[in-house]
Amino acid sequence: MTLHRLAVLAGAFVLSSTFACERRPGTSEQSTTGEILVGMYGSLTGDGASFGQSSVEGAQLAVEEINNAGGLLGGRRVRLLVEDDQSRPEEASNAVTKLITQNKVVAVLGEVASRRTLAAAPVAQKYQVPMITPASTNERVTQVGDYIFRVCFIDPFQGEVLAKFAFNDLKARKVAVLKDIQQDYSVGLTESIQKTFSGLGGQVLDPVSYSSGDADFRAILTQVRAQKPDAIFATGYYPEAAIILRQARELGMNMPILGGDGWVGDALKNGREALKNSFISNHYSGDNPDPLVQNFRKAYRAKFNRDPDSIAALGYDAAKVLGDSITRAGSTDGPKVRDAIAAADVPGVTGRLKMNASRNVVKPAVIEELQFVDGNVKYVYKTTINP
Amino acid sequence: MDTFLQQFINGLSLGAIYALIALGYTMVYGVLRLINFAHGDVYMLGAFAGFYLANAFDMDANPSVLGTVGVTIGSMAICAIIGILIERLAYRPVRHHSRLTSLITAIGVSLLLEYGGQVVFGATPRFFPQMIRSQTYSVGNVQITNQSLMIIVVAVILMFGLEFIVHRTKIGKAMRAVSFNLPVARLMGINTDFVIAFTFALGSALAAVGGVLVALSIPRIDPLMGLMTGLKAFVAAVLGGIGNIPGAMLGGMLIGLMETWISATSYSTFRDAVAFSVLILILLFRPAGLLGTSVTEKV
Repeated sequence: MTLHRLAVLAGAFVLSSTFACERRPGTSEQSTTGEILVGMYGSLTGDGASFGQSSVEGAQLAVEEINNAGGLLGGRRVRLLVEDDQSRPEEASNAVTKLITQNKVVAVLGEVASRRTLAAAPVAQKYQVPMITPASTNERVTQVGDYIFRVCFIDPFQGEVLAKFAFNDLKARKVAVLKDIQQDYSVGLTESIQKTFSGLGGQVLDPVSYSSGDADFRAILTQVRAQKPDAIFATGYYPEAAIILRQARELGMNMPILGGDGWVGDALKNGREALKNSFISNHYSGDNPDPLVQNFRKAYRAKFNRDPDSIAALGYDAAKVLGDSITRAGSTDGPKVRDAIAAADVPGVTGRLKMNASRNVVKPAVIEELQFVDGNVKYVYKTTINP
Repeated sequence: MDTFLQQFINGLSLGAIYALIALGYTMVYGVLRLINFAHGDVYMLGAFAGFYLANAFDMDANPSVLGTVGVTIGSMAICAIIGILIERLAYRPVRHHSRLTSLITAIGVSLLLEYGGQVVFGATPRFFPQMIRSQTYSVGNVQITNQSLMIIVVAVILMFGLEFIVHRTKIGKAMRAVSFNLPVARLMGINTDFVIAFTFALGSALAAVGGVLVALSIPRIDPLMGLMTGLKAFVAAVLGGIGNIPGAMLGGMLIGLMETWISATSYSTFRDAVAFSVLILILLFRPAGLLGTSVTEKV
């Protein structure tokens, strides 16, 4: 009897949940006139505030340019709705749910940190609303589903670039890696560096772990120092990177310290003189003479009164790809826009934006050397590494 | 050997931070038998007060020792006032209720400061201006920065200063009397409200010193910075024997050394778990702490 009841209950549950899944908001709700609403979620406050601000500013500039050029689909203006996720993954998924279910946006832009994009991407996939992340480089991000795209390179490539640069240009043979175990980005980048660097014949010491928000790295750095590495990779984000650099130099560790694009953030400047002899892989170089890049820099400077960083450039590119795709789709219908993004091939400020079958773009990376000049970080172009 | 010595120095630098905050915890507990959970958040406010003061005088561009002392004193004054306000508005109204009421009020004040801080200061971490430029001293291959050295020295000075105030001054005598028996102290003509307010002002000023010094050494500050550091300092105070001033120092140093030692192994991510395991073990096996003497409750 009880068993029977249970079975019925279970059956009812399965039925109701299937039903619930089928009640997706139909794309027919999208109006065909008026403003085109595009959602963007980002870390405007909290640990990753610099990421959120830069990517949103980049996207705002792109949207402004699109509107000044007459909008999309026969004069419809684009409006960017921005949600702050406070640098928290659970808020990222809430923000995307709100943008899709309440604001009925036609597409979503964001996030920068892979962990937060990974938290929010399943929502966009479920509602079949295309999402383009400007800067989440973790490989798994676009594997969430066929509605998730990115306009940046991926970590397996970034790790390879960094490892090769350390081995070939810096002549490092023994390296240490510091990873932030809370960030998918850092974990993924660490794996890829380990793989490439040992593949080249170098020795990678056991990675040392820390957590986002840590502020005292002296103990782990002292352990690293004892093993006398030729170079150190710090694969986490900029707030910790700034402190790691300082504390490493305070401990007399003057070897090169390398990081990924996650170092690009305003707080990195607090590394000050410790930034000397450190290198990052990045998406674009502001020194690139390409008129596309220089015009973008000029427009960004005029609007926000500062130089764009690479995250801002990616935010700009993501919005431009979306605009171009909506035009080619001739509609704001989710599946149609998705197909158009999948076929995208446009020139961007961070390189040619051509989607491959895994919804990633394949682009070269640049290596930049960091300098501390007049209270700010100066990114000095070193070399470009092609995939 | 170099590595061992370096880790020892690292542990002492970290421990001195906990000790500085634990001093305030322990003093308020010693007088009022109240665990002031908002203490860690006053430490945060101290760091932010220092941040705004230092920026107001553009100390980042013009570092000076004298200016740093000035900013620290300003921050102490601000936090002392905040401490008095917290006591007057939150703790005094419930002072005559059960101890549990005060404890829950303290947790409430702590949450108010943390999340109120997020509203006022924003959740984004700030970087503290370098009022004193970092300098590294080396002995062989062992390094220590001037900032870490300063924290250790100041923590020791404050410990002796507090001992002096509590045991050698008139107000200290009044504090001990209040701690011994509040109603009787009042009957003896001691202005207990004043003594308690003074205790909070002193404790909060201590927290402010901690906030400014720590922010100088580890320049990242945010409204939740007092949460974990405050809890660890609380563990340090309990480990040393809560209410015991040298105990707070000893407990802080031990926790700092322990954390550094754990971080140096491949179990670095278990660091926080270890600190709190220590709390549980101490409460189980030696609830009075290392330097505390268990006193039977007077009736």
